[in-house]
Amino acid sequence: MKKIRGKVWKFGDNIDTDVIIPARYLNTTDPEELGKHCMEDLDPYFSKKISKGDIIVAGKNFGCGSSREHAPVAIKACGISCIIAESFARIFYRNAFNTGLLILESPEVASETEEGDELEVYPEEGKIVNLTKNKTYHIKPIPPFMKAILEDGGLIPHILKKYQSA
Amino acid sequence: MKPSSPMTLAEKILAYKLKVLKVEPGELIEVPVDLTLANDITAPLAIKTFEETHINRLFDPEKVVLVMDHFTPNKDIKSAEQVRICREFARKYGIKHYYEGGNCGIEHVLLPELGLTFPGDIIIGADSHTCTYGAVAAFATGVGSTDLAAAWITGKTWFKVPETIKLVYYGKLKPWVTGKDLILYTIGDIGVDGALYKAMEFSGETVRQLSMADRFTMSNMAIEAGAKVGLFEVDKKTVAFLKKVNPQREVLIIKPDRKANYSEVKEYDVSKIDLVVALPHLPSKVKLVKELSQKIFIDQVVIGSCTNGRIEDLSIVAKILKGRKVNSNLRCIIIPATPKVYQEALKRGYLEVFLSAGAMVSPPTCGPCLGGHMGILAKGERAVATTNRNFIGRMGHPESEVYLAGPAVAAVSAVLGYIGTPEELGLKTPE
Ligand code: SF4
Repeated sequence: MKKIRGKVWKFGDNIDTDVIIPARYLNTTDPEELGKHCMEDLDPYFSKKISKGDIIVAGKNFGCGSSREHAPVAIKACGISCIIAESFARIFYRNAFNTGLLILESPEVASETEEGDELEVYPEEGKIVNLTKNKTYHIKPIPPFMKAILEDGGLIPHILKKYQSA
Repeated sequence: MKPSSPMTLAEKILAYKLKVLKVEPGELIEVPVDLTLANDITAPLAIKTFEETHINRLFDPEKVVLVMDHFTPNKDIKSAEQVRICREFARKYGIKHYYEGGNCGIEHVLLPELGLTFPGDIIIGADSHTCTYGAVAAFATGVGSTDLAAAWITGKTWFKVPETIKLVYYGKLKPWVTGKDLILYTIGDIGVDGALYKAMEFSGETVRQLSMADRFTMSNMAIEAGAKVGLFEVDKKTVAFLKKVNPQREVLIIKPDRKANYSEVKEYDVSKIDLVVALPHLPSKVKLVKELSQKIFIDQVVIGSCTNGRIEDLSIVAKILKGRKVNSNLRCIIIPATPKVYQEALKRGYLEVFLSAGAMVSPPTCGPCLGGHMGILAKGERAVATTNRNFIGRMGHPESEVYLAGPAVAAVSAVLGYIGTPEELGLKTPE
């Protein structure tokens, strides 16, 4: 997994799937269309402000609410490379890995990072560097099972590999 | 078999399914699935993912259920197209459990009613409220469309065995208080991530007295505390319910072991729990209705959803609305959850009561619950709803508000025009 570098967009606790992508846009599965409406009930211009590779840093229980996979799909499609949060809701956690969106848990980074900070993320090493604040964090590495899914490019390629070799 | 160490209900179901003596919290396991569910929002994404693999074979079409409930009757061209994709997929693969139109209801009320959810079953659904079936001791949980598509191929899914929080309810319920109040109260206590990644196990003497409808309501909202599943052990009431909906199938009597290990045990004296409401914008912002500091005037009441759209809920609403009028300042929308609930309400004369009171009765649909259609809120509007989520923009405009409550508070508020209790209408008990 490659190193990531991006600017931080900061969110609070309990960011739910209804604000990530409101239900009124769920009559499509088109990633680009979904990406345009990402977070729009919190910030109507969110998707326009992002540069490719930017990072979301949030509080606890990120992605709570519905099982809509449209949520990680919308986040990825609008250009976000990675989410770092204090904790993630469980369905969102699965969905992110399954659709190939990198997510990392780190209460320290979540509390000490500010909007606009520049971060460098080394997923393999479990290292996050805040370039703006000149601070380095070591986090819990991704569980091996989830890493295998990410490396295969999501759950489907992962099971197909197993399925076809069986 | 050798006697194994004691297990919680969640552990017991998983061990039973894996045919092993013991599973431990934290263990990563792969289990066969007994039922997979998707709806008109999540199925199209799962179908797309499935089709892209070119494995043109479902693990077992009998175990695939597709329910077109969210935007039904289709609200616009795009949602009609989504349903068309699902319908064609169902035809192509011979999926018998495809529900649309007149045989369709809200999935989590429909599936148990059809006798498809049983104790010990592993059920995954591309809908977060799949945990509803924990009321009949099924290990049932929400997943995303990709997880679902993967299960359609392999017939299996993976779980981390969860730790369990035990919630013990004792004492006598106050008049009008239902499962909805208990679960909202509990979420208010432990928070929206209070059971994150964990199993909730509902137990105690009060629970045994709860109707199946109340149990479904409580399991339904386990996800609102972040839980993976919300389980009730199998008792006489569970068996009676299952015998009625599916007399053919044998019922597995499954209960937790007495000395099982819980990560936490919480006890609630229900005689102290009054009617509650969850204020915007989190289901955990719970307040006793009688302790609201000011009158909260409302524009809309929604009674329905997979949480409280059952006949038992409508019966409470009918008791309150009978001979009364919906306040002229608001709209009251009542949504029987399934065609069967609708018919039963018709037979019992409830629909007559609702219409005479000036309420609207909608066909079975998720509709306004997720801000889909059939009752969307304008900027600044407020609703009381018997649904399960009150997030920002959930029922419409980002600046609208949803207050969650049980059927009694919702119906009373529809008459008063503000959030209130049955006492304010001079109603002492439901009888
Ligand atoms: S009624 Fe509401 S919560 Fe239940 S399945 Fe439908 S949209 Fe989801």
